[in-house]
Amino acid sequence: MSTLIAILISGIALGAIYFLVASGLSLIYGLMDILNFAHGAFLTIGAYAGLELSLHLVNGGGLLGFLGLLVVAAAAGAVVAAVAEVLLIRPLYGRPVSQILITVGLDLVVVGLLLGVFGSDSRQIAVPVWLTGATHVGSLSIPNGDFVGLAAGVLVYVGLGLFLKHTRFGLVIRAGAENRDMVQALGIDVSKAFTFVFGLGGAAAGLAGLLYAVVFSGSLVGPTQGDQLLIFAFIVVVIGGLGSIRGSAIAGIVVGLVQVVSQFYLGSKSGWAEAGDISVVILLALVLSLRPSGLAGARER
Amino acid sequence: MAGTAGRRGAGAASLDAAAALAVEDLSLSIAGSRILDGVSFTVAKGGVTALIGRNGAGKTTTLRSVIGLEHATGSVRVAGVEVAGWPTFRRIRFGIGYVPEDRDVFSHLTVKENLQLAESGTNPRYDLVYQIFPELAQRSQQAAGTLSGGQQQMLAIARVLLNDKGLLLIDEPSKGLSPRFVGEMVEALEKVRGEATVVLVEQNIHVVKRLAGELVILDQGRVAHAGPVEDLDDPELVRRLLGVSTGT
Amino acid sequence: MSSPATPRSDARPTLVDAVASRLAARSGTASPATRSRVGGAAVLAVLAALILLPFVGIHLPWVLPSAIPVLNSIGMLEVLALCFVFGSVALGYDVLFGYTGLLSFAQVLYFAIGVYVTDIALTVWHWPFLAAVLLALASAFVAAVLLGAISLRVKGIAFTMVTLAFAQAGYYLINDNPHNLTSGQTGLVMATSRLPSILVGVAHTRELYWLALAYLALAYLVVWIATESVTGRVWQAIRENEQRVSVIGLHPAPFKLASFVLGSMVAAGGGIVYLLLIGTAAPDAVASATLTVSLIAMVVLGGLGTRWGAVLGAFVYVYLQQYLVKMAQEPSFARLPVVARDALSQPQFLLGVIFILFVLFVPGGLAGLGLRMAIRRHRRSGGDAAS
Repeated sequence: MSTLIAILISGIALGAIYFLVASGLSLIYGLMDILNFAHGAFLTIGAYAGLELSLHLVNGGGLLGFLGLLVVAAAAGAVVAAVAEVLLIRPLYGRPVSQILITVGLDLVVVGLLLGVFGSDSRQIAVPVWLTGATHVGSLSIPNGDFVGLAAGVLVYVGLGLFLKHTRFGLVIRAGAENRDMVQALGIDVSKAFTFVFGLGGAAAGLAGLLYAVVFSGSLVGPTQGDQLLIFAFIVVVIGGLGSIRGSAIAGIVVGLVQVVSQFYLGSKSGWAEAGDISVVILLALVLSLRPSGLAGARER
Repeated sequence: MAGTAGRRGAGAASLDAAAALAVEDLSLSIAGSRILDGVSFTVAKGGVTALIGRNGAGKTTTLRSVIGLEHATGSVRVAGVEVAGWPTFRRIRFGIGYVPEDRDVFSHLTVKENLQLAESGTNPRYDLVYQIFPELAQRSQQAAGTLSGGQQQMLAIARVLLNDKGLLLIDEPSKGLSPRFVGEMVEALEKVRGEATVVLVEQNIHVVKRLAGELVILDQGRVAHAGPVEDLDDPELVRRLLGVSTGT
Repeated sequence: MSSPATPRSDARPTLVDAVASRLAARSGTASPATRSRVGGAAVLAVLAALILLPFVGIHLPWVLPSAIPVLNSIGMLEVLALCFVFGSVALGYDVLFGYTGLLSFAQVLYFAIGVYVTDIALTVWHWPFLAAVLLALASAFVAAVLLGAISLRVKGIAFTMVTLAFAQAGYYLINDNPHNLTSGQTGLVMATSRLPSILVGVAHTRELYWLALAYLALAYLVVWIATESVTGRVWQAIRENEQRVSVIGLHPAPFKLASFVLGSMVAAGGGIVYLLLIGTAAPDAVASATLTVSLIAMVVLGGLGTRWGAVLGAFVYVYLQQYLVKMAQEPSFARLPVVARDALSQPQFLLGVIFILFVLFVPGGLAGLGLRMAIRRHRRSGGDAAS
């Protein structure tokens, strides 16, 4: 019983990180109709930025140091994403397929660069000791990392909701998701919102990249880690319904749970190493067969 | 041919820098079909100019080209300033208000949010808007998608009245409205008329006759006729260019 | 929105008329018939040259990526054969993406099915060669129909994501080594005992080269016939505007599925030839998302929806990939500054940069460049200005 609870919590924590990745993808898609393949690169860049800083801290720098890593990871993701939007996406406004292709190219370039500079071997992020420990409640033992992942997911979900509801940028983003042309026809420079949304998505991705490495990958970072994570984020976005933040949150948790639970009960027991990953794809096929527009039933284009 | 006469007349008048809007030789092809074929006309400051024509004549595309949502070639001058090549948002900020066809309010946003989105100056004229459309004040927290067609149309017009715009482009405000709402709409537009120069795309000839002073008739992507609204009393012209008889 | 003013008779146009007139409005100056006749002659000339190439021993030290820079050296023939294989797979992909507008990420899955099913049947089950090939093709067909039908339930970007997920599942499955069939990450070396001896060993590289070339020619012929048929016109109409195809009274779904299955089968066949050529099935080489991205890069470099563009793109891509690897081993390379050396040592980085530059500045790919030059020449020679 206590094992099951621990596994469920771990699944929800993984789902929270999927949500971080998927929320950015969803925002970008909702406003700009772009499927951002470079999101995987943003994830990895965030993780590497955190890694570089962590090597300069003593003992991972304690709580403050760890928060510093998270900030740096988010900032790195945001800056790279915003610059990419201005330099690569902006010249291609009105050519959606080319925009998708260029994000594919950007991902190639970033991963190639990371491979060249850091090599293909994974590297270890220095994190505070308490982060790798566990909290014991009765017979229950929950890794502290799970709480951190969960907290990040909840904070971003609430923060994003408040931002979208109560700020002018949020208003522009919600309106733009419905009808970009009309936003411009009201005299609003929608390209600023594009850059902003890319930056925002990049920040969430950078954060997620670092958290995933710390919580689920033994604090190891490799150049292709983000791309592997991205595929599950895509699945989350499709299952949640394209462009829906709430859908992404629900689907993130569902996918995280399915993956972790099936991995434990099918994978560990039968030695089927990829049981969790394959279960997620089967889940996707099921959802698509029953409800092609996803759980949230967002508009289909 | 009337079209040539109309274009020549427009060409001469477009030299007048004080014109609220002067378009010259607007052309646009999409997927091989020519949608605008050298549209030229001038709209003098003040009053309402109706842009009419059969379905597919290019009326909506002309309006969208004026604000840059369609990338037509040719010249677009607003109050004497060439705006062709500007991005849409700059043209709007320069002093154009655009009310799209089919209302196009943001249905997931509330009435209030729809209006907030349109605010651009320091002094949004909520008093004016609520004076013309008192209903919107009562419904400010309602999602725009749940409004009736007539109310949505009012919201779409209210959005452009919020800021002081010299030129309003209004696309088929009576479309799909019940006769009662058409009446209300016309009354509202009569109040709007005093605020700015209006270019009105409209299929309903009665609405045109009540609101407009000038006419520009489009046919197959060209200006086929330009003149005072009284020209609509010529049944031959109406039958030839609009394909309807004035009797109905 | 008011519909564009197109003069149209009241009689409902037949499908072929409608589609053909749309295409005529898009295409350039020469009539389709003359264009395809000139194109056909060019293709035959290139084919003849490639058939004879193994007999030409030209020495090209700075041009060729192989260790021994002779045109008909074994290394060079292998590189070219690989170009043919990926040329055919890219061609199949062009049917999906270029002609039908379906940005699928699953093309690599069917390539992998071709590679792995053949390999497993030959190596693990000791099947005869022909039976192994037939099983591979049948498996690819069933998988393409099934997964194609599921993924085509969604459109546009969701379709892309779903195909990516399925392709990834295939990759995981191979890595998983179910029932010790695939040997997982280490890869499965093909047993050659049941192969015709003419296809085995370095000594028969020339025969393998011809086999790969023959497969490319076959794939080209099939794709040519398919894309020039009425079905092919419908594909292009779907790419331009799927809704309008529905309005004409056609159901787009079976046409999209046909395109998906054809593209997949061409890929599966390419997988079989690849296996014969390379002799090993490894997940990262034949089933990874990286390979998918490479395929996309090939058709984008070459030019979408032109057939020969995809083939040319594959040639350029495979060639560059080999060449960049060779360049990174040059002694002069070590003298570069560290950052430049780190970046340039990764072919992926350079290919990515080239890919981005093409998307930004050469949207029509190499084929588009060729077309633009032809139009310019046509204008200069006094032809009417054709846009």
